[in-house]
Amino acid sequence: MSKKAMINITIDGVKLSMPEGSTILDAAKKENIRIPTLCYHEDLCVAGNCRICVVEVDGWHTLAPSCSTPLMEGMVIHTTTPKVRKARKDIIALLVSEHDTQCTTCYRSTNCEFQALAAEYNVDNAVYLSVLKPNIELDRSSWSVEKDESKCVRCQRCVRTCAELQKVNALAVTRKGRHMKISTFMDLPMNEVVCTNCGQCIIHCPTGALTERRYFDHIWDAIGNPEKHVIINTAPSVRVALGEVLGFPVGTRVTGKMVTALKKIGFHSVLDTDFAADLTIVEEGHELLQRLKRAIVDKEDVALPMITSCSPGWVKFIEHMYPEYLQHLSTCKSPQQMFGAMAKTYYAGKMGLDPKNIVSVAGMPCAAKKFEANRPEMKSSGFQDVDAGLTTREIAMMIKQAGINFLELDDSKFDSIMGASTGAGVIFGATGGVMEAALRTVYEVVTGKDVPFKNLNILPVRGLESIKEATIKIEGCKPEYSFLEGVELKVAIAHGLLNARIIMDQIVAGKSPYHFIEVMACPGGCIGGGGQPIPTNNEIRQKRINAIYAEDEGMPIRKSHENPEIKQIYKDFLKEPLGLKSHHLLHTKYTKRNRY
Amino acid sequence: METKKIKRVDFIFSQDFKVSEVLFNTFKKTRDEILQEIIDSDLKGRGGAGFPTGLKWKAAKEDKITEKYIICNADEGEPGTFKDRAILEEASQKVFGGMAICAKVIGAKKGWIYLRGEYKFLIPHLRKEMAIFHDMLHNELGFDFTIDIFTGSGAYVCGEETALLQSMEGKRGEPRNKPPYPTNIGLYNKPTVVNNVETLVLSMMVVKIGAEEFKKLGIQDARGGKLFSVSGDTPKSGIHELEFGMLLSDFVEEFGDGDTKAVQVGGASGFCVPRKKFDTTTIGYKGKLKGTSLPTGGSMMLFNSSRSMYNVLHNYLEFFAEESCGQCTPCRVGTQQLLKGIEAIKKGEKSHEYLEALLSLSETMKLTSKCGLGQSVANSFSSIVENFREEMIY
Repeated sequence: MSKKAMINITIDGVKLSMPEGSTILDAAKKENIRIPTLCYHEDLCVAGNCRICVVEVDGWHTLAPSCSTPLMEGMVIHTTTPKVRKARKDIIALLVSEHDTQCTTCYRSTNCEFQALAAEYNVDNAVYLSVLKPNIELDRSSWSVEKDESKCVRCQRCVRTCAELQKVNALAVTRKGRHMKISTFMDLPMNEVVCTNCGQCIIHCPTGALTERRYFDHIWDAIGNPEKHVIINTAPSVRVALGEVLGFPVGTRVTGKMVTALKKIGFHSVLDTDFAADLTIVEEGHELLQRLKRAIVDKEDVALPMITSCSPGWVKFIEHMYPEYLQHLSTCKSPQQMFGAMAKTYYAGKMGLDPKNIVSVAGMPCAAKKFEANRPEMKSSGFQDVDAGLTTREIAMMIKQAGINFLELDDSKFDSIMGASTGAGVIFGATGGVMEAALRTVYEVVTGKDVPFKNLNILPVRGLESIKEATIKIEGCKPEYSFLEGVELKVAIAHGLLNARIIMDQIVAGKSPYHFIEVMACPGGCIGGGGQPIPTNNEIRQKRINAIYAEDEGMPIRKSHENPEIKQIYKDFLKEPLGLKSHHLLHTKYTKRNRY
Repeated sequence: METKKIKRVDFIFSQDFKVSEVLFNTFKKTRDEILQEIIDSDLKGRGGAGFPTGLKWKAAKEDKITEKYIICNADEGEPGTFKDRAILEEASQKVFGGMAICAKVIGAKKGWIYLRGEYKFLIPHLRKEMAIFHDMLHNELGFDFTIDIFTGSGAYVCGEETALLQSMEGKRGEPRNKPPYPTNIGLYNKPTVVNNVETLVLSMMVVKIGAEEFKKLGIQDARGGKLFSVSGDTPKSGIHELEFGMLLSDFVEEFGDGDTKAVQVGGASGFCVPRKKFDTTTIGYKGKLKGTSLPTGGSMMLFNSSRSMYNVLHNYLEFFAEESCGQCTPCRVGTQQLLKGIEAIKKGEKSHEYLEALLSLSETMKLTSKCGLGQSVANSFSSIVENFREEMIY
């Protein structure tokens, strides 16, 4: 690799040497100079369209946007001259004039990059006349994503997210000039277009233009209703991110405090989605083995590779983009939906409750889970299996609304039943986690031995690399699985729908070498989900991932099939994996959807 | 102040030479020799911005990537400009010839004419002429270069060269960040020269008569002749090929109707010159000249005393508020604010002091907009507001 040439510049009087290709913004960061930005986001390509990051360069007639201007030899840069400050203030004032400035009623108030900028530059709302379009209608058509054009600053971060990270292109720039806006195909409502509900646009939006549909008011009502038994299960990635919103550093595990807070809020039972994740692993692991047997022994034309179905954004993506390949999806419901179905059958029975009085809430890192909960087929208990999905942000909001001092809370344990979990369930939250959990169980089911990795840690499937692969040779099979003896099980993991597309295109081309693939819609997996605290970037993703694996390491049981409550539920209720009850309650089917 | 009397030039539509002969003679020279001739001639882009053509070609020539393109920018959209259409109608062989010369210099095998959507009716004619040209180029001169036509879809901003490239790539017509410039990263990331129709014709002129002869026309920083699209309150509206460097007062004497109160030089994105400054304004590129020298893509709009300059400015601002691509803040919102602002002042909803805030805003737009569109709104805005202030208020 050739060493990059160095470029010498001066920034605010400091001489600096930077590698060729660096921008003015890179140089400023190196020197700890904070240049304000708005359209810039670490995850995305540089747009250079908000113009807030302009700086003065000696000899230039115009100001230079620092995010998109490459350094040139001898450049002399000034970041806070009166000319620069005046320009920035003017630009912010222009954006204010285009904005619905009712911050008091905005969900993103106090966590809004634009609000912070306007405050920092002390911009007067009355500088310019308002050019906010009258009669802008809120798009609340989607179960998951709420779109409010009146809060849009047209930075196009959502557009770039949808195009670059997810390659979905549900959101795009339409029209020009004063009519320019972010919209959908033919201006259709969000629920009619290819939107996968992943919510990545939400966590990349600097303002309140894109937010999740919020349901916490309904939950407060239910908690206050004496006839209702309100339960909540929380996903693994919530406990490693919730603290960020409530005063803890990024990457802090707040499992125990979260449970205490939810009990204080008044949930009758605080349960663990990890239990359902373990259930998913047992069902999905057996489904994989069944598919392999049908392919190898029965010589049936069965769809392989099998692909995970835990991520509802991914599921909707494949329904839109590759509807001819739905048979590759595992028929297993996601942990959220398995939990819901069990809550209103098994749990109701054990607790002696009438399922119609149970309000089942899912605390999720996810926007798509809201849509998933409302899919018409998700009523296998005879009721709506999951009544509401809340994001990590909404849970934090409820904790704040309850006046709880989260920092000072004692730890509590999850309630029972359906509150016991394993390390395998926990790692569902990180990309590669479902695969690792499945392999820990499948390998042992087939061979009776631990998966051949030190401390059960299957390191090749971990991390933020775009597509990960692993091969495991199966040796020493039990008699009933002798057909797998010597088979090299090939697996792959993709996170982010851009990578999912690469995996799918291999399948379409008939060139997929894999038996089993894990796909998560969001970059980094659930820890980077569209329902997670804002901001999210790769540094934050990695810290949340580290917290997930630390949580796994600390668990006494780290294999799904060894979860005592899982053993119990099969003994008392489900009888066997892939059995009749499982088929009714834990498995589902998929729908072909439109391509726009 | 160096100026030239109004002098007509006859090159662009002249029939007294054959394109094939010029190319034949030119192709005998080396690429460096041809390039040097263009650089020496001081030829500047005739689209309006006036970037030195030779330097543009040089940058593309020196790029190490071997696949390169030449694009003829025929997205003539500046209000009051209609010269490129006439060139394509009557002198398309010279346009193709200019493209071939550029292709020779930079090493391109492929070129396009980016044709304004509204000029679609020219396609049959251009195709016919192109077939003749290709036949000559390939069979008589044995030069491997082919031209095609790409039709725009009607957005003004696509005349900006990087928006034009985006549009050709099938994307939204939005200007790119610069640097990098198209001469290094252009169409499909290949080094690309984008030249105005007239520039290409003039590059033929340079190689035909030589840089020294070419430089005898015009003044210091504005060499050669220029096609002017004359419109408005004039008895001689139409296209006129004139030598660069004339005084605006001479121009008005020749083309005015005797009652000219202002001339808009360079279209909506150009400057408005009031009567009292006709004597001190020359037409050419800004350079070492003392006094005011105004560049123009060729649009010269004359207004007589029956015209309201408020209406003129309102019209331009309406145009910009519609034709901004909308991506960058200063241009998208700034154009709306200027428009809404002068309306409010006229109606008395804002005091006349608000004009100062708007002038200051137009300066911010000039400093911070992403492309020439937003940067040049201040030209017409400040020159009209400053010179016709009372018309804005009363």
